[in-house]
Amino acid sequence: MLVHYGYKDGSGDYFIIIDTDKCDGCGKCVEACPVGVLELVPNDYDIEGGIMAAVTEEHRKKIKYSCAPCKPVSGEVKLPCVLACETNAITHSW
Amino acid sequence: MGEEVKEYWRWPEYRHTMPDMDWHDVKIISAGVDIGSVGSKAAIMLDGKLYAYAVMRTGGVSEETALRVTTWALEGTGLKLEDLHYVVGTGYGRVNVPFANRTITEIACHARGAHYIYGPTVRTVLDIGGQDCKAIRCDERGKVVSFLMNDKCAAGTGRGLEVFADLVGVPVEGLGKVSLSIEEEPPPVSNTCVVFAKAEALRLLRQGWPKEKVAAAYHLAMVDRIVDLLNRVGIEKDFVITGGVAKNVGIASRLEKALNIKPLDPKFDPILAGSVGAALFAKVLREKELGLR
Repeated sequence: MLVHYGYKDGSGDYFIIIDTDKCDGCGKCVEACPVGVLELVPNDYDIEGGIMAAVTEEHRKKIKYSCAPCKPVSGEVKLPCVLACETNAITHSW
Repeated sequence: MGEEVKEYWRWPEYRHTMPDMDWHDVKIISAGVDIGSVGSKAAIMLDGKLYAYAVMRTGGVSEETALRVTTWALEGTGLKLEDLHYVVGTGYGRVNVPFANRTITEIACHARGAHYIYGPTVRTVLDIGGQDCKAIRCDERGKVVSFLMNDKCAAGTGRGLEVFADLVGVPVEGLGKVSLSIEEEPPPVSNTCVVFAKAEALRLLRQGWPKEKVAAAYHLAMVDRIVDLLNRVGIEKDFVITGGVAKNVGIASRLEKALNIKPLDPKFDPILAGSVGAALFAKVLREKELGLR
């Protein structure tokens, strides 16, 4: 399942998309994120349960700003969370 | 002046029991309680078939509302709260259902409920609630494949419509119809924020626009916003709308035009999707408890 965390506002779309079928709950992205945007939570969407990465409640409505330090305006963008994920479960919409 | 205070946002509460259904010889009596930000819904199901339901406005104390809406759904059926085999709480206030055996996120419940209300061909569910908007993609079993929830602001939600109803002095239930009684669609108002949209609508009213035209502009802005959200998760047929705003013809017909897809007609009240989904999960969980699955 694709979980879209984030929002759309007047300035654009800001979503971190986590594929719960790929996410194995290893937690490497959580360690890689310099500002603590991600956390591990029980998979509440599946009746079978499991652990998955999620955007914290605190950052969910401001990820445009929270993630800004990792997104330089010029040059190659290397997102620590995306690079840390071995199963390619994380994507950013912007 | 002693004038009567009219509150146009106050939509009516209601309850219903299905005739020709009897709970005496059923195996599982399950309930789903959906405590939304604006409305609370309770659905009682007999072996997975909708039997009774109630819809009321969520009060200040969610625990109290949860109890009131469930007791109201049971009223006249002869059933008591203790007779319910399994209760699942869902919605914003799901942690505030003291008699629930378990809570399940509203995303899963809406997808499941939409499947019951609209049939198994449903692939895209748009839930427009009181304070947020959810776009859900699901498979043939009603399992969520992809979803997006926008709860950053109330623009394009039921609460936004309530605020607008109060502004123009039209009861919120009739607002959609009023917005359609115009000859040509006006340009939409700002769609990023309820407060801005209300200010803009107010300015248009003061400029002399009739309220029907302003209502149309407001509805169009909501639809623009909803279409953006839907496009992010992708739209696949069949498409359905759940939540209280599903009953607004002004939104439904404009969405149909914008997406070029006709939403399916519901078999039951679409506001119940979350609570019906929760009650269906409750049935499954009860079956697990009994060792039937």
